[in-house]
Amino acid sequence: MTKKLEISAGKVPEIGPDQFALLEKLTNATAVSGDEHEVRQIVLEEIKLIADDVKVDAMGNVLATKFGRGENRVRVMLASHMDEIGFMIVKKHDDGLFEFERVGGIDERQLPGKAVLVGRDHLPGVIGAKPIHMTTRDERKKKIEVGSLRIDLGPEAGDQVKPGDWATFATRFEILGPSIRAKALDDRLGVAILIELLKHAPENIDLLVAFTVQEEVGLRGARVAAYRFDPDMAIAVDSTPANDLPNWDRDVENSRYNTRLDAGPAIYAMDGATIGDQRLIRLLTEVAAENEIPYQIRQPGPGGTDAGVIHKVRAGVPSLSVSVPSRYAHSAAGIARIDDWANTLRLLHTALSQVSPDLLAVERRD
Amino acid sequence: MKSLIQKLVETPGPSGFEYEIRDAVREAIGDAADEIRVDALGSLIAVKGKKAAGGKRVMVSAHMDEIGLMVTHVDKNGFVRVTNIGGVYPMTCVGGRVLFMNGTRGVIYASDLKPGSQPKISDLYVDVGATSKEDCPVKVGDVCGFERPFQDLGKRMVAKSMDDRVAAAIAIEALRRLESTPNEIHFVFSTQEEVGLRGATTAAYGVDPEVGFALDVTLSGDTPKAMPRMETALGDGPAIKVRDASFIADPRLVDWMVKQAEAAGIPYQMEVLTAGGTDGRAIQMTRAGVPAGCISIPCRYIHSPSEMVDTDDVENSVKLLVKLLSEPIELD
Repeated sequence: MTKKLEISAGKVPEIGPDQFALLEKLTNATAVSGDEHEVRQIVLEEIKLIADDVKVDAMGNVLATKFGRGENRVRVMLASHMDEIGFMIVKKHDDGLFEFERVGGIDERQLPGKAVLVGRDHLPGVIGAKPIHMTTRDERKKKIEVGSLRIDLGPEAGDQVKPGDWATFATRFEILGPSIRAKALDDRLGVAILIELLKHAPENIDLLVAFTVQEEVGLRGARVAAYRFDPDMAIAVDSTPANDLPNWDRDVENSRYNTRLDAGPAIYAMDGATIGDQRLIRLLTEVAAENEIPYQIRQPGPGGTDAGVIHKVRAGVPSLSVSVPSRYAHSAAGIARIDDWANTLRLLHTALSQVSPDLLAVERRD
Repeated sequence: MKSLIQKLVETPGPSGFEYEIRDAVREAIGDAADEIRVDALGSLIAVKGKKAAGGKRVMVSAHMDEIGLMVTHVDKNGFVRVTNIGGVYPMTCVGGRVLFMNGTRGVIYASDLKPGSQPKISDLYVDVGATSKEDCPVKVGDVCGFERPFQDLGKRMVAKSMDDRVAAAIAIEALRRLESTPNEIHFVFSTQEEVGLRGATTAAYGVDPEVGFALDVTLSGDTPKAMPRMETALGDGPAIKVRDASFIADPRLVDWMVKQAEAAGIPYQMEVLTAGGTDGRAIQMTRAGVPAGCISIPCRYIHSPSEMVDTDDVENSVKLLVKLLSEPIELD
């Protein structure tokens, strides 16, 4: 299990123009929890010629299998979620104004003034904000409740929109030097990584890839996907916050950064939903050390990934979460480093290539 | 039995990191079980008995994990910041001592202590005697539990992690004493109870029992100005749980448990707990549902480093458990 893997071009997947183009398509798509259709279509298009079997289950999860070769193959499940946080139209008012609610965890304070895209036709609108000259100082100290905000689409576009339609921030994908700026890096980065891993699936394992739904509203899709797959082990691939900017008081260390950009894939020891299986942590950290792939341990604390439900399915599944760090998660625009994305892909591919029945033949221990 | 309890409570093993306590449990069971296995989340399952006429497949669950702390950050001066594993009261940590799974020892204190207010978890830090991040023997992700010795006060016993190692000891002792039974009994020493009944959830799915009993500690109402107010008291016998905040025990099972206790002349008390959760819930909600109950050991100062139980309650819990498991379980 600990022999060094030879890395040569074509064996380990890399990030190039095709991968950027795919991530752009994925992050620009609208797929809020509950209506993941647009991303599901992109995923199905990408994998239909590679996977040995593809199903879309009752909740809309895409379940793709790539069988390996040889005996006693370990069944490895990977999970990344297709859904993003966003909004839902709840009531139509006159003149193209719409009341809306949030879907998933969004800080209310981030909403006024944001450009949004509504519905499957991506109709452009704006969450209205009062011009500053018409506000009072006291008013500016308080946050505005989401119930008082309105999405303004104007009267004509407004006719095409109804309660129940979904909306997202209007941010578009951009490459900025070593970084990517986009919405929904959580978890389109994971979706992109899983597509690459399917395309370069190592032959020592059966790869069971779940593109899940409704993670942001309670890890719902992953539970049924794991029940169906009934895997031997699972890794959730997500994106996690990097709150790594220096403190205002520079003499005080930032000790609550969660993860840092440029420090590589973030392996989870423990989050709010899962205590990672030490056998899998050991596999990844040993592979990283041997292959000089940077990594970091995500600070234990609140938050959860699809692993939170997967590990408790049926009689239990040894599970781990690995994430690409990104700043400004669950806001209109996030920043991630291309190198962190590439190193996450590299680490996962290399580690998967070294999975054998020996890994889980020992009891769970440090 | 006190030496078994001492061995178990003094073994480190917070939720998710139960490998040492699992070894201690396995060693204590020896060859008293027909079969032992360890499942995907690390729970140890010891089987005893073959199903005979009138018998059932029974799950008994006592959790092996204890509450603890995990390192979130080591600062440049070597002080260690932590987050909680399970329900840790910061107030009970200040001035305490911890033992990390890698053997490192330290003191917990709190920064930002304001007079008249209680610290939060984020105020806590551990001092392991390091002077810098580089010479600190622990890193992000490492875990520790309280370090306190077991104390035998005669009628009472005090230790950290009586929750739930005293119940694990009771289960082991019952397994040893069980002579004949019509039931196939799966003694589950579950993991990760303190973070949400996770080990029992998956173990129950694997065992697929027809009836289940959790074994855990419960609060007692016999200390000054005790909250919540409860009748449960140390020395009044094992408590038969009617409900806690996570599940309502099957009333048929509760009635049957009371009958068995009375038939065998074992003292018991009834327990109504308005807080808390136990593996009983995980068993009850498994697959298509399982009738579940719980034997509780009354305990003072739960989730502090000094949990206190009554020696006679412990012995009577073993007797009650053996009695229950030796009989055909009739629910109707």
